Amino acid sequence: MSVTTTTLAAPRGGRRAKDALVRALVYLSAILAIVPLVWILVSIVAQGLPAILSASWWTQDLAGTTDRRAGGGALHAIIGTLEIGLVTAVVAVPIAVMGAIFLIEYARGTKWARVVSFMVDILSGVPSIVAALFIYTLMITLLGLGRSAIAASLALVLLMLPTVLRSTEEMLKLVPDSLREASYALGLPKWKTVVQVVIPTAFSGIATGVILGLARVMGETAPLLILVAYARNLYLSPSTSNMGTLPTMINSGRNVAETLPGYERVWGAALTLILLVMGLNLLARGIARASRLKDR
Amino acid sequence: MAKRIEVENLDVYYGSFKAVAGVSLVVEPRTVTAFIGPSGCGKSTVLRTLNRMHEVIPGAYATGKVELDGVDLYGPGVDPVAVRRLVGMVFQRPNPFPSMSIYDNVAAGLKLNGNRNKKVLDETVERSLTSANLWNEVKDRLNKAGTSLSGGQQQRLCIARAIAVKPDVILMDEPCSALDPISTLAIEDLIGELKEQYTVVIVTHNMQQASRVSDRTAFFNLEAQGRPGQLVEIDDTETIFANPAKKATEDYITGRFG
Amino acid sequence: MSTTQIHFANIKHGGDRSFRAGAIAAAVIVVLLVLFVGIFLAVIATPSLRRDTVNFFTSTEWNVGTGTLQFGIAGLLWTTALTAVVAMLLAVPVAVGTALLVTQYVPGRVGSTIGFVIDLLAAVPSIIFGLWGLKLLGPFLGPFYAWLQHVLGWIPLFSKGVESTGNVLTASIVLAIMVLPIVSAISRDVFAQTPRDHIEAALALGSTKWEMIRIAVIPYGRSGVIAASMLGLGRALGETIAVMIILSQTNTPGINVSLFAGGETFASKIANNAQEFDSPAKTGAYIAAGLVLFVLTFAVNAISRVVADRKVR
Repeated sequence: MSVTTTTLAAPRGGRRAKDALVRALVYLSAILAIVPLVWILVSIVAQGLPAILSASWWTQDLAGTTDRRAGGGALHAIIGTLEIGLVTAVVAVPIAVMGAIFLIEYARGTKWARVVSFMVDILSGVPSIVAALFIYTLMITLLGLGRSAIAASLALVLLMLPTVLRSTEEMLKLVPDSLREASYALGLPKWKTVVQVVIPTAFSGIATGVILGLARVMGETAPLLILVAYARNLYLSPSTSNMGTLPTMINSGRNVAETLPGYERVWGAALTLILLVMGLNLLARGIARASRLKDR
Repeated sequence: MAKRIEVENLDVYYGSFKAVAGVSLVVEPRTVTAFIGPSGCGKSTVLRTLNRMHEVIPGAYATGKVELDGVDLYGPGVDPVAVRRLVGMVFQRPNPFPSMSIYDNVAAGLKLNGNRNKKVLDETVERSLTSANLWNEVKDRLNKAGTSLSGGQQQRLCIARAIAVKPDVILMDEPCSALDPISTLAIEDLIGELKEQYTVVIVTHNMQQASRVSDRTAFFNLEAQGRPGQLVEIDDTETIFANPAKKATEDYITGRFG
Repeated sequence: MSTTQIHFANIKHGGDRSFRAGAIAAAVIVVLLVLFVGIFLAVIATPSLRRDTVNFFTSTEWNVGTGTLQFGIAGLLWTTALTAVVAMLLAVPVAVGTALLVTQYVPGRVGSTIGFVIDLLAAVPSIIFGLWGLKLLGPFLGPFYAWLQHVLGWIPLFSKGVESTGNVLTASIVLAIMVLPIVSAISRDVFAQTPRDHIEAALALGSTKWEMIRIAVIPYGRSGVIAASMLGLGRALGETIAVMIILSQTNTPGINVSLFAGGETFASKIANNAQEFDSPAKTGAYIAAGLVLFVLTFAVNAISRVVADRKVR
């Protein structure tokens, strides 16, 4: 068999064609994935920007206005979202962090760790509506309390808990055992080792996980629909039964006709929510990158 | 079937870094040529240019000529995929495809080229495994996973896989460094038999292996850290080891460095 | 030097004890929460289930006004399953394609930027997907739907549904987009870990890029992709708000198998009626639906874990 340049040319048509086809499909799939994101972001910015550019958006609520009347702002919804998010985080983060500490510092490798880990997995698969139903049955059906912002927060805790726990767990695992041993060798008891050595070392990673978890629950709507009624006025107390939030503000206006002032407000709320969520996401990634650069 | 390799003025770059400079050598058909030299001297890099495997690394490219029986592998219009069908490679760590049986591993190259005829595949698998001195050990379990064999057997399986497509040249990149001494000897015996049909180029860290196995030996070296690797000397193996022309070669052979 | 007895006292610091107790308490809370969710839902749902006058699993009726209690989940099950399955059929190929692109075709900075952008999709709240799907995507695809019905209308799947574009297909497409980032991210991780050895062995045999992917990358990553897909399926099954906003509710009984039909999923039905949980019996019916959803997602996630673990072994 003599070697000629034709033998060294590309393989037979069929193989070459298949290779090119797959390459085209792979690039196409990337386009298919990115187009919706760009479309969503562009349309929300286009439709919602006029609303949020006015100062009143950030300083007034919708008390006294309807979808037919212009004016007012989203203050009640913004405060509501932030407040519910804060209450959720205050409850969820300690439990999540302590749970991760249990799994990594106290029970690593034992059968208890496997059981708890399994439960965390189940919890992370619980749909938001089911979590909301659970809190509903617990607080409203069983305990007879009414709807409240706290109830909504508790449902969101069920959603935030597994994500923060898992990410904290990963961060704690990354802390090398040699650090812990050095601390013990200095005579520090276990709890001080965890609090003063392990957690500070893992801190930026944990913070990233918390911020990402927070971003996720701020966008959840189902628990808000079920557990706290939408209000157009600004309410501050967490035990109030009515509170406006950005997601429920969007939801209440989703069928408003395009020609009414209320329509633009819906998109404004959507834009505000995306800015909030994306902002938190980018903040989290920024922290992650900054800590990576610091290690290098 | 075995071919002659002529390398002329080969430079190899990784991005802007020149890793190898000015290599020229000839490999005659049906011989075994060993590339020896200290770590980082470029011998594996040069080996990989012989089947254009270096191009797998982004930014790596070669200038110069590599001719297989007079045809430049780097000529215009030449597809690297086609080159690799003609020049086979065996790697440092045995790497049979884990998702395939022993039979399928050996047949993988043939199937890629469109041969589906069961009779042809059966014959080729048997012939290749026999040539690799593995047939008797696996003929009753051809459908077991490729990874169910021992390290030495896996490497012979990889050799069978490479020769199943009847390449013109077989390249071996430190094929025995992950194996125990007994498997190593088995592979070295096998190389002695393979050279009756193929041209073999083998990179090795082990000088005794080079002197046992090869007809010709090429010694590569770095001038200094950060400088490109170069071919210092190529000659008959006996000459290189008994009476090398260059001092650097002699220093390396006698263990003064590397 | 006098010899002194050295006691290694077992000093349990008070701090240690309470800290350890705190960690254990947190773990216990997690376990209890999961157990309680299941138990509570079951307990509240049972009285309503007992009083249900039609078969819970096969009926499509849903009358839960005062006095009567007829509720069956057949319709919900159909719509939930259909939207989720179609969503996965759309999402998985695209996710695998993006994963291959980022790991095999465009690695490096550009590749990771593309991956980052796709991951950004995961940050978009579901209500915004719902709004976009209802107001922008649906109307945009309207003519395409009409064309599909015209050409393929003789197939039951493409037969007549609801007039508006708030149909199963729109909901499935949006679900696919929502689920895409997670399947893509896990697939990317798995493909990136393909051992270099196998890739080079395939290339050395003279395979084209696609052949190398077929021989080395995909077999290695197959179980990871399956596990990721099951995870995505679980998310698609439980997604509430986007479906609630997009899907038109229908009042006609029975199951319309068309992709252009409206309907409700378990999640969207509960959400649509959230304001009406006034009587315990009524609430119990919805909670029964929620319980079925909980079991469904649990089963899917369990399968995903089994598949993933089998690979690790």
